[in-house]
Amino acid sequence: MIVAERKPMDEIFQMLAGCKKVLVLGCGGCVTVCLTGGERQAEMLASQLNLAAKAKGEAMQVDFDSITRQCEKEFFDNLSEAPADYDAVLSIACGAGVGYMSEQFPKVTVLPGMNTTHLAANVALGIWEEYCRGCGDCMLAWTGGVCPIAKCSKSLVNGTCGGTDKGKCEVNPEMNCGWLMIYERLKELDRLDEYRTMRPLRDHRTDRGNGVRRLVLAEMTEEEAGDE
Amino acid sequence: MSNEPVSNLQRDLDSGEFVVTAEIGPPKGTNIAPVIHEAEEFLKGKVSAVNVTDIQTAVMRGSSMVGAKLLFDAGIEPVLQMVTRDRNRLALQSDLLAAHIFGIRNVLCLTGDHVTMGDHPQAMPVYDLDSVSLLDAMCKLEAGTDLGADMKGKANELDGVPTFFKGCCVTPCADEVDPQVIKLEKKVEAGAQFVQTQAVYEPKVFETFMKKVEHIKVPILVGIVMLKTAGMAKYMNRGVPGVVVPDAIIQRMTDCEKPDREKVSIEICGELVSTMKDMCQGAHLMTLGWDHCVPGIIQAAGLA
Ligand code: SF4
Ligand code: SF4
Repeated sequence: MIVAERKPMDEIFQMLAGCKKVLVLGCGGCVTVCLTGGERQAEMLASQLNLAAKAKGEAMQVDFDSITRQCEKEFFDNLSEAPADYDAVLSIACGAGVGYMSEQFPKVTVLPGMNTTHLAANVALGIWEEYCRGCGDCMLAWTGGVCPIAKCSKSLVNGTCGGTDKGKCEVNPEMNCGWLMIYERLKELDRLDEYRTMRPLRDHRTDRGNGVRRLVLAEMTEEEAGDE
Repeated sequence: MSNEPVSNLQRDLDSGEFVVTAEIGPPKGTNIAPVIHEAEEFLKGKVSAVNVTDIQTAVMRGSSMVGAKLLFDAGIEPVLQMVTRDRNRLALQSDLLAAHIFGIRNVLCLTGDHVTMGDHPQAMPVYDLDSVSLLDAMCKLEAGTDLGADMKGKANELDGVPTFFKGCCVTPCADEVDPQVIKLEKKVEAGAQFVQTQAVYEPKVFETFMKKVEHIKVPILVGIVMLKTAGMAKYMNRGVPGVVVPDAIIQRMTDCEKPDREKVSIEICGELVSTMKDMCQGAHLMTLGWDHCVPGIIQAAGLA
């Protein structure tokens, strides 16, 4: 799932400067699951903003709403109020939601209330840790299921660097060394030959080096074209 | 490829003599002349080659290329260090061509400390290649092609082909040494012809390591990092992965008077080298700016 964290209040206030009427819009997707950008958080943020505006003596009215997903067109029909009635919509969806909503409502100022960070698994109560970086060329088959791109600070593909120490990464003594994890897993699976094999150079075109990436399901796009 | 050595370092290692290399780092700023003068005064003729560090510990400073070129011009054979942290495959290959054009032959491939360890922690960490694939890239250049290909998938040909003596690093005292050994095997498979190790202060551990890599047939130069103070030794124990300075050595540094520190440190280095001399093919002395101590260490090690 996609993880996003709320931006600092100061930054949000700066973005909203001069707005008289603001809608905080939550999303029912990933950010609801990681408890940062769902309906409840939208309600809380709206009331925080209302209180803060009052304390500062600013005349700003902040409403809230939430829809199933902000990355799909049909759900915008479920908005209670027209976004155009607001000076700004503060979306607390991930960046995809903010960007897509902005595109759908060209006349509305859609602002990001969140910093979108990583693709995560819920590893413990209240902890969502990065497991994948969407590199577009998955290597988990030969790394014992541990992602070298996300779990190694240098995204190395040929084994540990010299910075690994007592199982931890040089970048942060709290963080496990991804390559040591890969080594241990492969040893456990009796597949250390995978570690010994020299890996081909990465093709960064699948990652971010070749422009905007899209998933196109031919069957569905053809069907739609046929319907018209 | 012919077996003719392409550098003095390679020739010296081929000859079977115990080889000593030293190391300098370009300054933060343009004032590189004193570094080169010191190398001329204390290293020239004393060591087989002198490494030039590449933006060491991710602290911005002059390039290893300029240091290596100036050493070369001063008649000192350089080892150009290259990390993969700051440049992608285009820039690295381009710099390798430049190095050869400048007369530089010895190149040490390193992954490089992460940018967050240095003084520009916000910088983009590149790591397009790693130490293994950089060695492989060098072999490709030596074979007359680069890492790219034309539209038909045919490797691009070079107009003028470089030659190198290719090195790599290993951490013999890492707490988990097996993954390090496998990585070293990969580096040698990818073309590494010599190894300069991370700092070693424990000859016993080094001996065990050397047994583990007996099957790897490339010369290994043991890394010796000069301790300037007891505090530095403690810092290394805390902060430098895979480096353990034993208490006895720290005690010697603590016990000596300040004016004697340099002398004691030279003695420690000399003893380390002479203890490990028969286990490996050379020593790489990292004096961290104290080039003037190199002749003393060589003497204390009984090599002069
Ligand atoms: S290898 Fe790439 S696709 Fe696979 S988990 Fe890692 S980042 Fe994701
Ligand atoms: S210490 Fe491990 S996780 Fe950190 S950069 Fe090196 S190999 Fe990657």
